[in-house]
Amino acid sequence: MKETGIRDWYLSLFEEFERELNSGAPALGHMRRQAIRWFAENGFPSTRQEEWRFTNVSPISEIKFEAAEKPAALDPARILPYITGDDSARLVFVNGHIDRMSSTTAQLPHGLMLQSLQDALASNDAAAAAELARHARMDENGFVALNTAFINDGAYVHVAKDVAHARPLHLLFITTDAAEARMVQPRVLIIVEDNAQLSVIERYISLADSTYFANPVTEIVIGENANVTHYKIQQESRKAFHTARLQVVLKRDSSYTSHNYAFGGAIARTDMHVVLDGEGIDCTLNGLYLGGGVQLIDNHTVIEHRRPHCNSREFYKGILDERARAVFSGKIHVHKYAQKTDAMQSNQNLILSEEATIDTKPQLEIYADDVKCTHGATVGRIDEESIFYLCSRGIGKAMAKNLMMQAFAGQITDRIKDDALREHIAEIVLGHLHDGHLHR
Amino acid sequence: MLSIKNLHASVDGHEILNGIDLDVKPGEVHAIMGPNGSGKSTLAGVLAGRAEYSVTEGRIDFLGKNLLEMAPEMRAREGLFLAFQYPVEIPGVNSSYFLRTALNEIRAHRGLDKVSALEFLKIIREKLELVEMDEKFLKRSVNEGFSGGEKKRNEILQMATLEPKLAVLDETDSGLDIDALRIVAGGVNALRSQENAFIVVTHYQRLLNYIVPDFVHVLYQGKIVKSGDKDLALHLEDFGYDWIKEQNGGQA
Ligand SMILES: Nc1ncnc2c1ncn2[C@@H]1O[C@H](COP(=O)(O)OP(=O)(O)O)[C@@H](O)[C@H]1O
Ligand SMILES: [Mg+2]
Repeated sequence: MKETGIRDWYLSLFEEFERELNSGAPALGHMRRQAIRWFAENGFPSTRQEEWRFTNVSPISEIKFEAAEKPAALDPARILPYITGDDSARLVFVNGHIDRMSSTTAQLPHGLMLQSLQDALASNDAAAAAELARHARMDENGFVALNTAFINDGAYVHVAKDVAHARPLHLLFITTDAAEARMVQPRVLIIVEDNAQLSVIERYISLADSTYFANPVTEIVIGENANVTHYKIQQESRKAFHTARLQVVLKRDSSYTSHNYAFGGAIARTDMHVVLDGEGIDCTLNGLYLGGGVQLIDNHTVIEHRRPHCNSREFYKGILDERARAVFSGKIHVHKYAQKTDAMQSNQNLILSEEATIDTKPQLEIYADDVKCTHGATVGRIDEESIFYLCSRGIGKAMAKNLMMQAFAGQITDRIKDDALREHIAEIVLGHLHDGHLHR
Repeated sequence: MLSIKNLHASVDGHEILNGIDLDVKPGEVHAIMGPNGSGKSTLAGVLAGRAEYSVTEGRIDFLGKNLLEMAPEMRAREGLFLAFQYPVEIPGVNSSYFLRTALNEIRAHRGLDKVSALEFLKIIREKLELVEMDEKFLKRSVNEGFSGGEKKRNEILQMATLEPKLAVLDETDSGLDIDALRIVAGGVNALRSQENAFIVVTHYQRLLNYIVPDFVHVLYQGKIVKSGDKDLALHLEDFGYDWIKEQNGGQA
């Protein structure tokens, strides 16, 4: 399909969507219309743009996706395997729509709010209205614009000042729609006020093996001295398209730890942009991607050091098999006044087949002069000498390779402090390993 | 137990072993000595099944089976063990998990039940004592960050745990101080029995004061050029390898 054709398609979807919206603040309506206009003018990104050079999204722009239907109630037994440890607090979205039966928010402590974005907007939550779409810029690219135009439902988390909640909250986005060419555009807004603490899991799973398009945008706003651990677990169908934007803003003395797991998707792109907008901030980004078949897994991260005395650490690893492709782009942007920045980045890749490829690209943009920035990227195969060593002890070759892959991935999964979750993720990784290869 | 006949092996087209004959019977300890580059590690590697060596001639029988047809893991399961000259560091693979997996693979091959984590702990504690290693090593990744001596002791620990019928020790003594040497030798001696055998590859006679061999062979330019009893090792200690080189047309 021609690009203009697809722009018209989403314009007509938007008109229909707007007609059906019966309420909403005028400001939000204005923002939606601005976003669809931006999309109509600019469309989807092309490989001529530097940030999209390695990822051709034409498979997405060639399909006329329709909004996914609100399904009948989901059997809660089907989601239990995706909830780890304590599940006292969770929001479940099925095909983009909140599923109130499966969601539980009854036992939350005072000061912790977990509700659907629709509910938050309907109740005129001041913080939600003030922060929504203020951080992830709609003019960043067509995907963010499209999500912004179609903002309707999603998750809203608000942690009041001084409230600490260590057990992870679950935000579960499930696609059950077996129909082809459906689209979901979840929106997540997380606000953590000063001195507060939050751990949250954002998880995308599929109970259908269909070609759908998930286009989430998440904004996380972190106050002074607050502490946030964020897990993204992406397990979309192997035929699905997943394009996610994650925008994080931190104030002084706060910390943010991200664990980003990319397992599914035909094309799975995550753009993560973390802004360190105060002194004494700690930021750690951990990432693991496993790609097989013809998957394309693309992680673009930007860490923006705006103020002095901040630390950032980034550890991304990937295993690629068959004809899978991965892209890693890690930008560290140190502003002129961000002296004493200490930034470290590493990206390591394990390649299991001749045809798998990785494009890894560190980008350092440093405008301050008193900084410590290191980065390193490696692409390698499983070490033959190690395999021989394991085999020489009686361990079969396939199992030896699995052990090596497990060890490689384990260096990321071991970084999860929550015991139940760490074991759960390690199990998922193990489930992908099969006879010295990634499971097809 | 082991019978090597006219073994020729090459790497990248260079012949490194050219006609080795060796017979090892249960209960025996054979020492293989020789100058650097004479092919000792190559012989050990061919026995363990290193892929980079190709055997161009000859055969090896191990407990009545054709060893060269077996994959490295099958050789281990049949009862062959190689203590590496340079043990490999494997970050992220837990020592305890690795060794229990290996033990269970070998036990399964012998028709024995798997050992649980708890049973394994009982077994391994006894073996750790033998090589004077602390239990905390089990929590670490295989050989990662181990000192040279710790790596060698870890090889002996693995050998003691897997209970091979034939163990090949490739310069396990090199680079060890006298205490570590004593521990390694003590480990080997504790395992010696009428049912198993050892091939001890060494560059120095010193180890043979602790592990007394039944036979000593001198390997030079890929051939066993001299065999004798433990006195041959003493002679080499006194006179070095030059006389061997001269007798065999090499550069002294
Ligand atoms: N993988 C290899 N590739 C090329 N040459 C090798 C390889 N392994 C051994 N060699 C060569 O074979 C000869 C014997 O080596 P080695 O068996 O390690 O001797 P030793 O253990 O007796 O010191 C040496 O000349 C060495 O350079
Ligand atoms: Mg050697």
